[in-house]
Amino acid sequence: MGLLSDPNRRRALIGMLTRLNAPICMICYMAGVAWFMGLAFEPFTLRTYMSENAMGSTMVEERFPAGERALATGREFAAHKKKTGGMPVDWLVRTMQARGLEVYTQRFSRKLPFPDEDKERYMVKGTNVYGILRAPRAPRTEALVLSAPCSPGNENNQAVGILLGLAQYFRSQIYWAKDIIFLVNEHDLIGMQAWLEGYHHTNTTGMDWSPLQGRGGSIQAALSLELSSDVVTSLDLVLEGLNGQLPNLDLANLFYAFCQKIGVLCTTQGKLPRNDWDTTSGYSHAVQTMMLMVLKQASSRPWGDHGLFLRYHIEAASIKGVNSFRPYKTDATTVGRLLEGMYRKLNNLLERLHQSYFFYLMPSLTRFVSIGYYMPAFGLLALILLLRALDLWVQLSSPPTRTTEDGVEVVPASPGVLSILTPLVISHLTGVALYTLPVLSQELAVEHFPVSETEAVVLTAIAIYTAGLALPHNTHRLLAGEGTEQGWKVLKLVAVLYLAVLLGCTALINFSLGFILALTLVPLAAFITPHVPKTLSAVVMVILSPGLTLLFAVFFFQELQETPVTLQEGWMLYLSVISQGILDHALYGSLLYPLAALLVYPCWLLFWNILFWK
Amino acid sequence: MAAPLALLLIVAVTIRAALFRTSLANLISERVEVVSPLNAWKRVVEGLALLDLDISPYSGDVFHETPMVIYLFHFLMDYAEITFMLADCLTAVALYLAVKDYNKQVFRKQKFALEADRIPMDCLELIRSPTEMYYIPLKVAMFYLLNPFTIVSCVAKCTCGLNNAVIALFILSTMRGSALLSAIFLALATYQSIYPLTLCVPALLYLLQRLYIPVNVRRSSFWFYTLQYLFMFLGSLLVLICLSFFLLGSWDFLPAVYGFILSVPDLTPNIGLFWYFFAEMFDHFRLFFLCVFQINVFFYTLPLSIKLKEHPVFLIFMQIALIAIFKSYPTVGDLSLYMAFLPVWNHLYRFLRNIFLVSCVLLACSALFPVLWHLWIYAGSANSNFYYAITLLFSVAQILLVSDYFYAFLRREHHLTNGLYLKKKDGSEATLVLK
Repeated sequence: MGLLSDPNRRRALIGMLTRLNAPICMICYMAGVAWFMGLAFEPFTLRTYMSENAMGSTMVEERFPAGERALATGREFAAHKKKTGGMPVDWLVRTMQARGLEVYTQRFSRKLPFPDEDKERYMVKGTNVYGILRAPRAPRTEALVLSAPCSPGNENNQAVGILLGLAQYFRSQIYWAKDIIFLVNEHDLIGMQAWLEGYHHTNTTGMDWSPLQGRGGSIQAALSLELSSDVVTSLDLVLEGLNGQLPNLDLANLFYAFCQKIGVLCTTQGKLPRNDWDTTSGYSHAVQTMMLMVLKQASSRPWGDHGLFLRYHIEAASIKGVNSFRPYKTDATTVGRLLEGMYRKLNNLLERLHQSYFFYLMPSLTRFVSIGYYMPAFGLLALILLLRALDLWVQLSSPPTRTTEDGVEVVPASPGVLSILTPLVISHLTGVALYTLPVLSQELAVEHFPVSETEAVVLTAIAIYTAGLALPHNTHRLLAGEGTEQGWKVLKLVAVLYLAVLLGCTALINFSLGFILALTLVPLAAFITPHVPKTLSAVVMVILSPGLTLLFAVFFFQELQETPVTLQEGWMLYLSVISQGILDHALYGSLLYPLAALLVYPCWLLFWNILFWK
Repeated sequence: MAAPLALLLIVAVTIRAALFRTSLANLISERVEVVSPLNAWKRVVEGLALLDLDISPYSGDVFHETPMVIYLFHFLMDYAEITFMLADCLTAVALYLAVKDYNKQVFRKQKFALEADRIPMDCLELIRSPTEMYYIPLKVAMFYLLNPFTIVSCVAKCTCGLNNAVIALFILSTMRGSALLSAIFLALATYQSIYPLTLCVPALLYLLQRLYIPVNVRRSSFWFYTLQYLFMFLGSLLVLICLSFFLLGSWDFLPAVYGFILSVPDLTPNIGLFWYFFAEMFDHFRLFFLCVFQINVFFYTLPLSIKLKEHPVFLIFMQIALIAIFKSYPTVGDLSLYMAFLPVWNHLYRFLRNIFLVSCVLLACSALFPVLWHLWIYAGSANSNFYYAITLLFSVAQILLVSDYFYAFLRREHHLTNGLYLKKKDGSEATLVLK
């Protein structure tokens, strides 16, 4: 408390902080970035380990024998799928019943706010089929889910085959203490959303679905299987769920442990773990893996069918079979054994998975960084904002004239409420327009311009975004007269604190998103004043704006996935990413679009305002 | 000054009425920061339903408001929104008038001091001017009505808005020097939530000061007046409690309301300090720590009254703030009452040391509450420790705020007697250090 009460030491500290503000900020920024890059360096990361006792020490024996038969079932499913031109509901119900499951179906329908051109759907109607294997050994209070999507075309037939094969095999085993639900969902996430809402009696997105006729206990864990070939070279684990939520790390550990035991190659982000961390290529491999995870998490969308389970406190992951040109192949029996082993361990759980981490980044499947290690990287960036705010505060509270300045807390008393309030209100109204207008005005746009609905939505969003740049920096003068030197400082203080709180909250919910936004917005927030060269700063500001950050992220992501795109393709991809973001918000409640439109963009506009302060 | 006040009231009512019509109202009324088990509207509705069925509303451990409130809403059920908006307006107007009175007195006192040459020459810049004081009452009303905390509390129909109105009326009647009304409103406030009991001391000090009766234990006039006030206070409290008994026909409400406040059986998270601590505690320590925690509210009354016996209004502010921080089920509505007083101490601004830090922390915490709640309850990835950490930080910030104002007040008084530019013995500039 000495610092809080001793005026001399305070004065010395504050003096130092204001005098050395710029260098300290620079150092903080570089230290933040360096810290973040260091997270991928193996000696700084921890090895994954199984924390959950119930899954760690017990041994299970995998005996699933019927891989070939499962593939045959898969082919039969494919044939029926082709015949009915969609989900072969009757066949699935019969097959599941023949395997001794309690089978139920759920119908759902959903009209998208605008056509989804990526997946070519608008009015979605479908049916989920699920069978419940009742637990013979315990009261049926808990359940596990295994799901496989029924995708259009020739995909994921093998996944359904293995699912049915496992159902048949599990039925004959006596050790199940939890209900096991085998779910085949149509229209990937939309079907999954309908099923989960039906299961939990919630309706968050206004979707139509028929209520579920049969239920198991409370779901403890779920795996979603995606498999499109008879043999696989490796299995890929997908963890990123809705709004950047991740399942408990123990689920990843379980997958890794069984892959090791059975001898299957396993990857995350499609990257194998490597041992040569001390070489440059090994390090850059780890950085690539981590950056892919960061970008996927920051996108706030579910990257597999498991993504929506996480919202209901259910630990879930997707397992994707990858068939590449490697010589060594794994057959369906082995994949089945792997899943059997994982389910038997999950069956042993005494409580929900909670022992291990929920906040982590993985530079490889065997290594992770937990929240305590990665938060400082963000903290260093956020510190810059606080230092700038402190600097501004000191400037404001010791001006040549000794007026009673009340700063943030008492905005009314500071130079002209209107000069501060007007930009705030206007930039937020622009944000509201950006959030509401694109979807609302699509019909209007389609009538007057030669574009499709989807294009109309995306282009309206971009148009409003760009129009926002012209709007706010002129309007406050209409109401409040000429801005003063004090005025922009107060506005900047408000904006800097606003940004700090905003980024802090975002980083807590979704670290990756918070960090990427901080990376671009913090330097901008730190250097913008009305006195820097206008044109140059305006260009820098536009480059660092949230919209262009997204564009760069798209290119960077493609680069990391080793599928580089040309400018033209990149632009098309960018447009589709925006439409997907809006759809994700409407369909599943992803928060990225409202966050960007209602908070981040207005906050950026405030800084734009300060740049053009007169 | 009436026109801006009327405009302010209209703006405030419009905001609230608009918010009542949106879906936000439902969301807000579920937030643990805004409503506590003691004053949640949902529980009042439940109590009313029980009352209508001729069952004691206190059976079933859901309803914990006082019988007066439930009978009030028995008649006003259909006008609940208007009642809460009116309560807020009433509070604002009462505070407005009270502060106006207070400012007049401060100014008069300052004039006497100036005329008597009691203020050192270099302190002239500490003298408060009428122009500076002119807008303070309006600012107080604005701070209360436009404070987001008050707005969410009103939109959630949290009954703490009514308590605030009673306390504001108590302050107004005290300022006006009406001992009887002051005692009645104080009794009403105490009846509602026990803790305002501590406001008895500042009110008494103020009334004594107003009548020029010195606080002296050897003077009979002092004892006479004190006993008279206490008699009025306790008498009206007794009347209120008996009235509740006759309304309800049983003494159920005593354990259900006061027992509930004092023994803290409901550990739903809130912005206070109790829930986490008592959720973690072994049962056999519970009683001891309960006493320790509850004494906290009452403990500071005596030392503060001794230190601030010349400044009862500042003491009232300190007490309200301490109650809001240390009470067993605090909500953001409690905060808004003492925050409304901050403009009154505008002149202390130059002596405040941590105001920037404190306002940043309060701002950040207010944003982090819902975020960490989401992570804990909905996402399941964080746990109660995260939320409690923010609660703790929020309380620390409030305590810093209050102690900062206390220190600034004392320092200004010190300067007013000793001169502004203090010199050390060797002639260099001295600094005041709080140890």
